[in-house]
Amino acid sequence: MLSRFLNKIGLKTIKKQENVYGYIFILPWIIGMICFTIGPLIFSFVTSFTDYNMLRIKWLGFGNYKRMFTRDPMFWQALKNTLIYSLMNIPLVTIGGVIVAIMLHKLSFGVRFLRTVYYLPSVMVGVGTYFLWMLLLNPANGLVNSLLALVGIKGPAWLTDPMWTKPAIVLMHVWGLGGQMLLYLSRLQSIPRDLYESAAIDGASSWYCLRKITLPLLTPIIFYNLVIGIIGSFQVFQEGYIFSGDGSGKPAGSLLFYNLHVWNNAFKNFKTGYANAMAWFLFAVVMIITIIVQRTQSKWVFYEGDSADD
Amino acid sequence: MIDKKYSAGNIILFIILMIGGLLILFPIFWMLSTALKSLPEIAQYPPKIFPEKALWGNFKIAWTKAPFTRYLLNTLLVVFFSVIGSVLSNSFIAYGFAKIDFKGRKTLFRLVLATMMIPGFVTLIPQYVLFSKIGWVDSYLPLIVPLFCGNAFHIFMMRQFYMTIPDDLIQAGQIDGASHFYIWAKLIMPMVKPVLASVALFSFKSAWGDFQGPLLYLSTRTKYTFQLGLQVFKGQGYTEWNYLMAVSLLSMIPSLTLFFLFQNYFIQGVNTSGAIKA
Repeated sequence: MLSRFLNKIGLKTIKKQENVYGYIFILPWIIGMICFTIGPLIFSFVTSFTDYNMLRIKWLGFGNYKRMFTRDPMFWQALKNTLIYSLMNIPLVTIGGVIVAIMLHKLSFGVRFLRTVYYLPSVMVGVGTYFLWMLLLNPANGLVNSLLALVGIKGPAWLTDPMWTKPAIVLMHVWGLGGQMLLYLSRLQSIPRDLYESAAIDGASSWYCLRKITLPLLTPIIFYNLVIGIIGSFQVFQEGYIFSGDGSGKPAGSLLFYNLHVWNNAFKNFKTGYANAMAWFLFAVVMIITIIVQRTQSKWVFYEGDSADD
Repeated sequence: MIDKKYSAGNIILFIILMIGGLLILFPIFWMLSTALKSLPEIAQYPPKIFPEKALWGNFKIAWTKAPFTRYLLNTLLVVFFSVIGSVLSNSFIAYGFAKIDFKGRKTLFRLVLATMMIPGFVTLIPQYVLFSKIGWVDSYLPLIVPLFCGNAFHIFMMRQFYMTIPDDLIQAGQIDGASHFYIWAKLIMPMVKPVLASVALFSFKSAWGDFQGPLLYLSTRTKYTFQLGLQVFKGQGYTEWNYLMAVSLLSMIPSLTLFFLFQNYFIQGVNTSGAIKA
């Protein structure tokens, strides 16, 4: 039907018709892209230079950005909190995930069962797990501190001690590292066995195999997770909102993550223009870090087909 | 041949991994154990591993602490349309990117991937402004409609899968006079059922577990989703942990059940997403 119509209006060759079909198929994405991504991007960029509260708008120039850097101590605190959290969370979850994956890959029995166990927390979606961890981390008689007491360690006050709120979140994420682990494991399981066998015939030690075969083959996925992890980590929101109870980021502002500060300004104080400016600053920071990580890619990420030896 | 399967090294490895596994399972067990305790029992020190008397009635009491049946129905409504929207739109869009050779395809696909790098909050605020101007706030539309426009991650995942289908098949269909719509609906969709299942499962998971979206858009209490409803147990000074854990546990049953039924699709979905080389 459509092709008959296309013939009529002069698009007679297959090539020209394919162009029309292609755009029809991706039309939903184009609409979404314009309405929910590009349009909003432009709107938020423009309003980031204004005093805007969803009703009235007044041009400010760089006022919001100046205010952010010079007159909003909470901005710096939120940025610092997010950085500290990211610096703990990304390496721990990544390294932990890689180690568990390598161990599971080496294991000769019970792999399926253990894989399911480690992945289980990733299936427990929703805020229920957050509440569970609030219970586990109760300073007085929570499970974590009770277990620590058994081995003679006096556990910290976790979510009520500003020093320990971020490690508490990291602990929860380490518990859920199975999601990332599964990515590494499936990559490892796709490595042909004979690669290891021939290395073993050549007399390579298992340490050598780990360093020269296993880890290099994992680097593309580690790299991918790192990029996604950085973007995700800088957007941590829910943890701060739920663990602080009221979204204020307490205790002592230690859970005031960047996006929580943006959220409070946008939807509580209705300083929408200011919130947009902060969101754009975060966008810039994330982009710069991603580009830096991309730059390092050639130094340590190994892609099959790059070099046959090794 | 020596039986290497149960060598000393492997047994040690198994024990280490089992300890880790128990540390993962114990909190989950703790959730159930707490749900079955009485409040004074929960406050005890040292905590008891098993409740003195399992109070299964806690589940029933907890369910009546808020209109959870209502919340459940609301959530199912959102989830249903989210899954339908994701499966239809992503499979349709990905077909265009994978199987139709049109001008600008490469550039536009790169744009799809690039959108994954945009921090959500940059677009979240203007989206909220948009939805409030057209009167969608406090309805489910902002949670559902954008999903009918595809998601970069799922488009990528489906495209990877479509790429493995030989082009000859589509050309053969075209020679027989079939349009791309017909080929997509009748030829391709039945072939990609596994990846459709993965997309459906992932969108189920994210719609079911979504907290931020409902928190922002839903303000009328009766419109709350399950995740928002869970908050009633918090913030009244003290927390009834047994009831909170009971409902939290119930809130996880759907995705846990789906996981155990369709584990292979979950894992396959993870594998495909791991294929991204950003």
